[in-house]
Amino acid sequence: MALFLYLIKKILTLGPTFLGITLISFMVMHLAPGEPMSLQADFNPKMTPEMRERLRAQYGLDRPLHIQYLQWLKGLAVLDLGRSFSPDRRPVWDKIKERLPVTLLINVLAIGLILVVAVPLGVAAAVRHNSFFDQVTTVLVFIAYAAPAFWVALLLMLYLGVHLGWLPISGLHSLMGYEQMSGWEKLLDWCRHLILPVLVSALGGLAGLSRYTRSSMLEVLRQDYVTTARAKGLPERKVIYRHALRNALLPLITILGLSIPGLIGGSVIFESIFAIPGVGQLMWTSVMARDYPLLMGNLVIVSVLTLLGNQLADMGYALADPRIRTGVQVED
Amino acid sequence: MPWQTREFVQAFRLRIEGLRNRLTNNPLAVAGFLIVGLLCLVALSAPWLAPYDPQAIDTWHILESPSRAHLLGTDPLGRDCLSRLIYGARISLLVGIVAVGIATVIGTILGALAGFYGKWIDGLIMRFVDIILCFPTIFLIMAVIAFLEPSILNIMAVIGFTSWMGVARLVRAEFLSLRQRDFVLAARISGASNARIAFSHILPNAVAPILVATTLGVGGAILTESALSFLGIGVQPPTPSWGNMLTEGKDNLEIAWWLSMFPGLAILVTVLGYNLLGEGLRDALDPKIRD
Repeated sequence: MALFLYLIKKILTLGPTFLGITLISFMVMHLAPGEPMSLQADFNPKMTPEMRERLRAQYGLDRPLHIQYLQWLKGLAVLDLGRSFSPDRRPVWDKIKERLPVTLLINVLAIGLILVVAVPLGVAAAVRHNSFFDQVTTVLVFIAYAAPAFWVALLLMLYLGVHLGWLPISGLHSLMGYEQMSGWEKLLDWCRHLILPVLVSALGGLAGLSRYTRSSMLEVLRQDYVTTARAKGLPERKVIYRHALRNALLPLITILGLSIPGLIGGSVIFESIFAIPGVGQLMWTSVMARDYPLLMGNLVIVSVLTLLGNQLADMGYALADPRIRTGVQVED
Repeated sequence: MPWQTREFVQAFRLRIEGLRNRLTNNPLAVAGFLIVGLLCLVALSAPWLAPYDPQAIDTWHILESPSRAHLLGTDPLGRDCLSRLIYGARISLLVGIVAVGIATVIGTILGALAGFYGKWIDGLIMRFVDIILCFPTIFLIMAVIAFLEPSILNIMAVIGFTSWMGVARLVRAEFLSLRQRDFVLAARISGASNARIAFSHILPNAVAPILVATTLGVGGAILTESALSFLGIGVQPPTPSWGNMLTEGKDNLEIAWWLSMFPGLAILVTVLGYNLLGEGLRDALDPKIRD
């Protein structure tokens, strides 16, 4: 029951935040100096003032701002985000829809990789606090945290792709002979193309999360109940994995939720480097082309996804934390 | 009351000394301090350090690998990479420091307002922070930049305006815990105005965490700038920035490894320096770890 109420409360705060996201996206686009329309029109020598007015009317840019916002919001409710300015004039949502799965796939794989590597690494470093292993991982984590992801991507491409020729360095699948491959070969081809992007997008989060795991674990290992568990004569493995880790993992759920914006933001960089047709690359092309409906649609969709990711993390936290799950107040 | 002043100065000196001792006892923090200091020195003395003019095109020596004449090689226009790297330090540090300065001012003011007044003002500002945090920063920055000239000034402003949320949360938390203290009550009784209480009584007590956040923030801002410049929407060529130098590296990946290697290494070392210094400061200032 307590959990149910908690979740209801969480979901109720979702609405205002969602509206806030749409409002800010709208304002960013409309209050920026230089009207989106003029960017297109200024370069067209045949543009007469009348044509410009007609174009403005066509996009509804002649109406008051709040009307424009409501119109846009109404469209958003049915995923009608307008049409792209690009020559194909396709609906914005269609463009985003076909690219979303790739970006989500890579991000989910990256989160998986982060969890699988960072947590054991952090635990191992905490258990061997101040040992040689701990110091080496600390230094490595600091370096990984400071390294620009796109540079690491370049180095990996240079070494594994160009120098050794082990891995493909661009696109989602091979261009030559892809059609003739069997199903399994296609899957393998995809996997080979995904290794570098997933690795690169996981790097920053990996460093961050392993550091958090380490400090969270160190904190828990100092607690009295861990001493109690040891005093009972439990094997060290059990003390660490059964007693300490479960509590140390709790704050990590929040950290993982908070790292979602960074992960999705990273898509812009690795998708443009590895030529992966995802949402990040779409954002980049829309900025370059000043394709304003596409830009706005992208911004909103990506932020809403982030919001949902954060909510999922929150709910995961609620499910994992018995204090919230049962509603029992515990004095800290 | 001169004896009070003297006592205050003495206490202050003791604190600074204690801080310095704790910092110098931490080898990583010392390394961070040295890196940051050295970089500032390089940036300031760029015209004397750089062997060549960073913009000088030399079509006879394009894409030369590192040699004695060009220690880090030359780029596709024959410009000396070392000179461009040295001048790039100016851009990176400038953008990082100014952007974080903007973010700190905005974050401090909003955080102070929220923490000082509480109630609906707090609710409103914090809700706003939550909403902005939902935007992946780079998407938000790109959306704004699409409408602006990609000048250095705009880049600094945009990074600053999209990275103040952490500082705001931090300052708010400090204000919430400090506004109940006796010294605030004393100031209020003696007739100090709200602004005076907030900025000359409470804020100085929150300087330590702000300083840590600022130092760590510079590293983050430098990473953001380099990523934007790499994507072609940050600092524009021919002005050398480590980010846009890496774009040339990417375009010549198969033939000129040195173009990709050194600018990235420079970013790595710089960000590492700020992060080490920031973490060192945090450890030195944190009373929990101190004991």
